[in-house]
Amino acid sequence: MTEPAPHPDAPLLEVEDLSVTYRAGDREVHAVRGVSFSLEPGEMLGLAGESGSGKTTVALSLLRLLSKNARVAGEVRFRGEDLLTADWRRMRAVRWAEASVVFQGAMSALNPVRSIGEQIREAILLHESVGEEAARRRTAELLDSVGVPASRAGNYPHELSGGQRQRVMIAMALACRPQLIIADEPTTALDVIVQAQILRLLADLVRDHDISLVMISHDLAVLGETCERLAVMYAGRMVESGPARQLIQDPRHPYTNALSSAFPVLGDPASRMAPAGLPGDPPDLSTLRPGCSFAPRCPQVMEACTEREVALWPAGDERLSACLRVLPDYPDQHQEQHLAARVGARSGS
Amino acid sequence: MTSPAAEQGPVLEARDLQVVFRSRGRRGPARAVDGVNLTVGHGEIVALIGESGCGKSTLARALVGLARPTGGEVRHRGEPLGYSMSALREHRRDVQLVLQDPGAALNPRQNVYDAVAEGPRLHGLRAGLTERVASSLTRAGIRPPENFFERFPHELSGGQQQRVVIAGALALEPSVIVADEPVSSLDASVRGEILRLILDLREQYSLSALVVSHDLGLAWNIADRVAVMYLGRIVEVGPVSQVLLEPQHPYTKALIDALPDARRVEPPAALPGEPPDPTSVPQGCRFHPRCPVRAAMPAGDARADLCLTDPPLLSADAQRRLVACHFAEDNPSAADSPTAAEASSIPENVSEAGAAGEPSTISEGARR
Amino acid sequence: MVRFARAYVQLPTGVVGALILVGVAALALSAPLFIHPSDLSVSKASGPLLHPPLDGYPLGTDQPGRSVLDLVIWGARPSLTIGLIATALTVLVGSSIGLMAGHYEGFVSRSLMHVTDWFIALPSLPLAICLAAVLGQGAVSITIAIAITSWTGTARLVRAQALAVEARPFIERAKALGASDRQIMLRHVLPNVAPLILVSSTLTIASAILSATTLTFLGLGDPTDVSWGTMLNQAFGQGAVTGGAWWYLLPPGLAILVVVLGFTMVGRAVEQILNPKMENRR
Repeated sequence: MTEPAPHPDAPLLEVEDLSVTYRAGDREVHAVRGVSFSLEPGEMLGLAGESGSGKTTVALSLLRLLSKNARVAGEVRFRGEDLLTADWRRMRAVRWAEASVVFQGAMSALNPVRSIGEQIREAILLHESVGEEAARRRTAELLDSVGVPASRAGNYPHELSGGQRQRVMIAMALACRPQLIIADEPTTALDVIVQAQILRLLADLVRDHDISLVMISHDLAVLGETCERLAVMYAGRMVESGPARQLIQDPRHPYTNALSSAFPVLGDPASRMAPAGLPGDPPDLSTLRPGCSFAPRCPQVMEACTEREVALWPAGDERLSACLRVLPDYPDQHQEQHLAARVGARSGS
Repeated sequence: MTSPAAEQGPVLEARDLQVVFRSRGRRGPARAVDGVNLTVGHGEIVALIGESGCGKSTLARALVGLARPTGGEVRHRGEPLGYSMSALREHRRDVQLVLQDPGAALNPRQNVYDAVAEGPRLHGLRAGLTERVASSLTRAGIRPPENFFERFPHELSGGQQQRVVIAGALALEPSVIVADEPVSSLDASVRGEILRLILDLREQYSLSALVVSHDLGLAWNIADRVAVMYLGRIVEVGPVSQVLLEPQHPYTKALIDALPDARRVEPPAALPGEPPDPTSVPQGCRFHPRCPVRAAMPAGDARADLCLTDPPLLSADAQRRLVACHFAEDNPSAADSPTAAEASSIPENVSEAGAAGEPSTISEGARR
Repeated sequence: MVRFARAYVQLPTGVVGALILVGVAALALSAPLFIHPSDLSVSKASGPLLHPPLDGYPLGTDQPGRSVLDLVIWGARPSLTIGLIATALTVLVGSSIGLMAGHYEGFVSRSLMHVTDWFIALPSLPLAICLAAVLGQGAVSITIAIAITSWTGTARLVRAQALAVEARPFIERAKALGASDRQIMLRHVLPNVAPLILVSSTLTIASAILSATTLTFLGLGDPTDVSWGTMLNQAFGQGAVTGGAWWYLLPPGLAILVVVLGFTMVGRAVEQILNPKMENRR
């Protein structure tokens, strides 16, 4: 294998200026526009956004799992190697063995006519030259580590509950000891209590095995509980990124603010009898107008917003925001607030 | 109920309601709803919270008259609901259902006008139909309504679809809406708008609502009272701020602890196991196999046996909150509660069963 | 509807099929304008007897001396009529039974499906012979025989689709709005099943025309009628096969082939447009 030697302190994953365009008939849908981020070994990054924000497209493009009508531009470097130009044989080796995916619908991502044990074994045998017996043993260990009794290896997906199926999906993702796991809405269809169990499990496993995680969800709170760093996407662009807790409690982009107040904190008097939402709908990504894509729905829109769309701009310690208001040319209350918050954070630590 | 002021009584009420489904194969019957008492007062918004399979959707359907109770009764404005064709039609005119996935709840071959006009047409309200449709759409926040008449569901966004579904319900001028997970399939930023619409409708037209959801945040956002359901029973019910901020039942506590919260450093231990199966309801307290309170008791504690044998009754505390747990504290911080006003809209049957302000119990079989 | 038409004209099979059918229908409808009944009368026929194509008789003549061309054109009328009426009956009976079996649960649904199964087992040929014995030979008994044996397919198809539609939430919404069973079936289930019924009926017409021809060929039709089936029957009886009178046998056979092909092509094209799974792919 002509695998390039990884840089000792290079990020595990670097995405640079990633753009994805889908062809749908005679229209072009700009699903992802110029997204960049990086992931250190062992880091957990949460990618938040609504349906149509491009978050799932970003995740799938990391492993080149997009459909044929997608055109991808930019760079995805995994341990220094550009995956977008790698040949297919190399790509297949990377998939699962080095980076694996936990899909959202565990019922549809598992083959209904084969037992879960067989499916996990298959993943191991495909990528590693181990014997049937060793694979069987590893399968039992994996099931055990995700909290499913190893005795259930002979069960079929429909014989398991939703939570157990999601656990099996996680076991499959861990099967070849990857360095990166991409989890696409891993808890969406689950109940609150089971969701809490799965999030806990995922966080523990990733920490114990020193795996990096990219987790995708529409629920900022879910991401905030698991990930250290969050990135928020809207209409194909990354609009804000930063440390999880800061980003949720003190958003620097009005869209992040809307997203974080959509699911209220119990006991917060501001949200009692006052559900927070945004008027309108996300824009049509096939006909993009100039200016900030969020401007038509933005509660703090300024005149300049309809003309200028800004890239991610430093907005505090380790924080970036793509809102005009964080630029030095638009000093306003929001800017002052965030400066005050920074001072507060420093004196607190 | 022989209350003299029927208007002031609950608009919709479940009394000892039971819905049992015969299941196929070797399994026993599924006790989806198993002895539920719940009221929705005039202009009140009640949230019914529970995990999937707890029976909350079945309860909602029974209240609308879509699922037929096998025991107990549904009362509408104090009158028991009959199940003749005409009684059901009358009931459905006043109690409307709003479903979870608006994309699927609209007939793909019906345009917006026909979807909203369907209810009035079915009930023979043909006079001024266009105005009725237009005003329902306006009230549901689709403006200007005329521009949407000819559109088909797939040409609308998820939020617009849900508004059309709500407009279809409003077209019959109901007094209660039963909404089954009305926002769970919508995007986060649209969710608040739909919830605000439910609040506005209550404010402007005194529309009562029972909102069924798995989402405690929704209850905090819009509900006056909240009922928590587990395995076919209501385990805790009361004013939102009491139940959600000072939960008494261990299951309610577990639900609240399970909410993701970025401010938390270390997540608390999640409740083990998954929602059990309504075809095999445990003896005694149905929550006992997963109950952390019982698990924490020293081995051989005689009180723990109570959970195995006696189903706990919904008992009211001083704030007229009802909790079905043998170990709920009887009297949480009762004094100068900010929710005294909310507590006044309590279920009628509580005050019947026991003197107000004193801990009382409603016997399980009292009404059978 | 406009969308449907626009998609339809882009399918070559559909366009060719539709042109064939329009041509055949125009000929059949206008036949009385240029063919006089006396031309078809056995006793008043004026041509040479069983003669190959010649001037004035482009497709030759039959045993009594009638023009084969006139016979083929006239023969389209009973064939198409029987096909259309039998299909209409099939669709009516099959769709109603299918819709009801899909809508009601338990006893009603089960008994309807049992009746359907019973009819599936019914052999069409003996049934047609029995009907002919009871109702007398002719177009009526053939039509009824075809309808009775082919509605079961439509019923099964409609029921399967209706069950899928019934499970969708908008049916529950309609119930919650106060709709009756009849209103749910007619306003919600039927419009969503209709495309499928349309597709299946175009294919049913083709097979009905084939069956009608078969049954008349076997002598169950009215022998005085002029249809493709009776033509083949008479050609057979008058020794056209052994006598090598290809001009007598070939035209009705080809006519049947062309018409059946036309309906099949239209059916496939309609299916391609209306089938939701195929639609998603566009």
